[in-house]
Amino acid sequence: MKRIQGLAAAAALSFIATLPAYAADAVKIGMITTLSGGGASLGVDIRDGFELALKQKNGMLGGVATELTVVDDARKVENAKQIATRMIKQDDVDVVTGIVWSNLAMAVVPSVTRAGKVYISPNAGPSDLAGKGCDANYFNVAWQNDNLHEAMGQYVTDKGFKNVYLMAPNYPAGKDALAGFKRYYKGAVAAEVYTKLGQVDYAAEIANLRAAKPDAVFFFLPGGMGINFVKQYAQAGLTQDVPLFGPAFSFDEGILKAVGDAAIGTFNTSQYSHDLDNAANTAFASAFVEAYGRKPSLYASQGYDAAMLLDSAIAKVGGNVKDGDAFRAALKAADFTSVRGAFKFGPNQHPVQDIYVREVVKDGEGVTNRLVGKVFTDHADAYAADCKM
Amino acid sequence: MTLVLFLEQTLNGLQQGVMLFLLAAGLTLVFGIMHLINLAHGSLYMVGAYVTASVTLASGNFAIGVLAGMAAAGATGVVIELLALRRLYARDHLDQVLATFGVILTVNELTKIIWGPQALFLSTPTWLSGTIEIIPGAPYPAYRLFIIAVGLLVGIVLRHLIVNTRLGMLIRAGATHREMVGAMGVDIDRLFTVVFGIGAMLAGLAGAMAGPMLAIEVGMGEKILILTFVVIIIGGIGSVRGALVGALLVGVVDTYGRAFLPMIMRTFFEPSTADSVGASLSSMSIYVLMAVVLIWRPRGLFQAYGG
Amino acid sequence: MNRRTIVHSVGLLILATLPVVAEAMGEPFLTTIASRVLIYAIAAVSLDLILGFGAMVSFGHSAFFGIGAYVVGILTHHAFNSEAIAFLPGDWTGSTAAVIQWPLAILTAGLFALVIGALSLRTQGVYFIMITLAFAQMLYYLMISLPTYGGEDGLNLWERSNLPPFDLYDDREFYYLVLALLLAFLGLTRRIVSSRFGMVLKGCKQNEPRMKALGFPTYRYKLTAFVIAGMGAGLAGALAANHTEFVGPGMMHWTRSGEIMVMVILGGMGTLIGPVLGAATLLLMEEVLSNFTEHWMVILGPFLVLVVLYLRGGIYGWLTGRRNGDD
Repeated sequence: MKRIQGLAAAAALSFIATLPAYAADAVKIGMITTLSGGGASLGVDIRDGFELALKQKNGMLGGVATELTVVDDARKVENAKQIATRMIKQDDVDVVTGIVWSNLAMAVVPSVTRAGKVYISPNAGPSDLAGKGCDANYFNVAWQNDNLHEAMGQYVTDKGFKNVYLMAPNYPAGKDALAGFKRYYKGAVAAEVYTKLGQVDYAAEIANLRAAKPDAVFFFLPGGMGINFVKQYAQAGLTQDVPLFGPAFSFDEGILKAVGDAAIGTFNTSQYSHDLDNAANTAFASAFVEAYGRKPSLYASQGYDAAMLLDSAIAKVGGNVKDGDAFRAALKAADFTSVRGAFKFGPNQHPVQDIYVREVVKDGEGVTNRLVGKVFTDHADAYAADCKM
Repeated sequence: MTLVLFLEQTLNGLQQGVMLFLLAAGLTLVFGIMHLINLAHGSLYMVGAYVTASVTLASGNFAIGVLAGMAAAGATGVVIELLALRRLYARDHLDQVLATFGVILTVNELTKIIWGPQALFLSTPTWLSGTIEIIPGAPYPAYRLFIIAVGLLVGIVLRHLIVNTRLGMLIRAGATHREMVGAMGVDIDRLFTVVFGIGAMLAGLAGAMAGPMLAIEVGMGEKILILTFVVIIIGGIGSVRGALVGALLVGVVDTYGRAFLPMIMRTFFEPSTADSVGASLSSMSIYVLMAVVLIWRPRGLFQAYGG
Repeated sequence: MNRRTIVHSVGLLILATLPVVAEAMGEPFLTTIASRVLIYAIAAVSLDLILGFGAMVSFGHSAFFGIGAYVVGILTHHAFNSEAIAFLPGDWTGSTAAVIQWPLAILTAGLFALVIGALSLRTQGVYFIMITLAFAQMLYYLMISLPTYGGEDGLNLWERSNLPPFDLYDDREFYYLVLALLLAFLGLTRRIVSSRFGMVLKGCKQNEPRMKALGFPTYRYKLTAFVIAGMGAGLAGALAANHTEFVGPGMMHWTRSGEIMVMVILGGMGTLIGPVLGAATLLLMEEVLSNFTEHWMVILGPFLVLVVLYLRGGIYGWLTGRRNGDD
């Protein structure tokens, strides 16, 4: 499959833009995601998941030839915005997808939906877009940002922990994470600590944590921050005494590979796990391993599900995606088999789904996640009521 | 707050400072002698970490990994010096900034091509895992104590090198009277390459030390680069002693800020605001420290060489 | 006609006809990209004023760019929600009028530049580079942790500035407006550098002690230039906010300062026109290369190194056959 349709048209100052050459009536999908710089592995997973689905369908979603254009946003809002504008104005794509980060989604999604294009979110689910800012053209196949934190709040309460230490970076998603956790957690909060975004060393926080004597720790430190924290936490010898809990973002397969044994014995919540026992997932997980040589992360599953959702909807409208109402209705029906099992959209077009707990264990091949239980069944988000659609 | 916690946080500050010193020592030498702003110093740190992780994994021996990491960083440094930076010593700082910025992009992307976008794994060697109760009641990670020891050892070796050896004499002379050293028949080009190589190896050592504690990922160099610059600016450019003092100061101020500012803020605000305000203030603390030092002493604490 | 005149005429011709040509080629999106280039060009030219003529290497220029953007973002945010601005006396609910927003953005950026410059100019050389960086980082972390204005998520600009009779939503009009502002700013900076004030500034670059000995209060001259540069970056920020319809702390990050600096050096510093070329080259390379391969930085990186090594005087110097700043 060709990722780049072609470069052409150099004006005097070598102004260049993409000039896609598509087949007649092909469905055009634009994917804006992060492939370079920090956090690139998330975007790569989403893209690989999506492309795997496309490959399995021989380049046809819903039986219609599909042109997929993937562009790197380098995690910069301005780049994402510019790519989106080009996809809308020039490439005239039918569907936009791919954005990893909430702040990029917040900046880009409204302009996409306002232009009458459908946006399928394979990851970011900021509360604004689930509540007041919801839109008929916006669908999220991953989760609302708070979901996994809420599940952990519930799980920790169920397990009888009474004094939990909370930690997150000092930025909106961090604060939302702790708020989501507290929505379902019933015990006392030992302390609420905000760390610097992108922080590298956690020695000071860990010393304070030990002194506070909590009975568990809930933390939300995505990407490299999580790797740093979990490694240093294990070095301080605390993993056995004060167990760690967090959302899957700090425990995806890529991160576990980097953290190694230090993560064993921690727990995380996720709507997906590579060892979920259903036919769709068994097929997907083994195909993914075969194609890319690594286990699928939740991001990969979300990319795959985004493609499968589109596949079902495009088939339903017979390829006529320009018929907005019919296409949206077909998407909303969500008639596809999600690799996570049961899946449907709530009134705000965000998932209503089960959320599981996974324990980090060591198996024959290394450190990985193992499903240990289900926390929520058919869990919906807290913002649906604010959505007037 | 108890005395034990205070002592433990001081130790944490010390450890962070020592880590910064390993990076700052090389940077300040290169800066002081060759008048070169090397933004790519962080890239050498990253190379050190990546190679250490790969070799440790392959050989099963951390010590071999560290040596390989240092060698790789040193070699990368020398190659970059010979190919590009050598021609920039006589240029102004701006050309150096642009060129070394280009080097950062290149090394980062090559690293990603070689090792992939996902972070690499390196565990603590078994003989350094576990904790030691150096302060009664506060078990301290053995690995962090090891880093402190390595850092202090490097400090002593560097001091010996600079004070007692011929190379050190040339380094000191080169920092103050570059033309004179050249006029006296010393091969300045070779001296520069050697110094650059030493600096690169120290950066590689820092990267190797960081491996078992941190995420080994593309971009790790830039995260610590700015902090390293802060250190050598506070300490005074070209001064290894300044780099040590600056590093410890930055380490301790940053650690105290993170550890105690939220607590202090809680006496003024309600808890959740206090945590957030404290966190914001502590992320700014080292920049405030640098601004204050520079406003008070515009050339840093120990000036070995003028700007 | 010398080479410089030819380069200037060709450049102006391209810029003046670009939207029409783009339209004719069926590539209207080029106009949007070009607007972005011109906005960054304003920021780069403003940096060139202090960097190329006053030898003040500011590594915190993105702070003023960000401040300009945030002023527009915050005023629009309040106007949109009809909320009073808490940190100002009275109950002003902001505004979306460009005639209020933009001057205020410029003034606020200038005010910050005055304070930051006054403190930073006590130092010199590398120390100056680092202290300006420190102030920019402080502002960056401040905006990240300020929840009222979105923190790290930033603010969406729900409405572009109002500037009757222009329609800023029209890509062509927006482009020509930005172009006019860039040309006006270029004219202003050219007058500044060729005035007595500019001579003193250039004198400071070459030999500040001598200028002092001649009785010039060099500190005041340099500070004035620093403030003007900050105001220029503020204007660019205000325009960038309108262009992206978004403001965020990423605009103030040190890598952004680095990018603006790269534009200046790449294009040719101390030339004022060079930074415009630098902005165009860097942004277009990013655009083209990132479409071409995921590993585009492996091409851009060596390119920058080669420019420094072999293209002294930057692109402008290469085109006109001149070296840095000989005017």
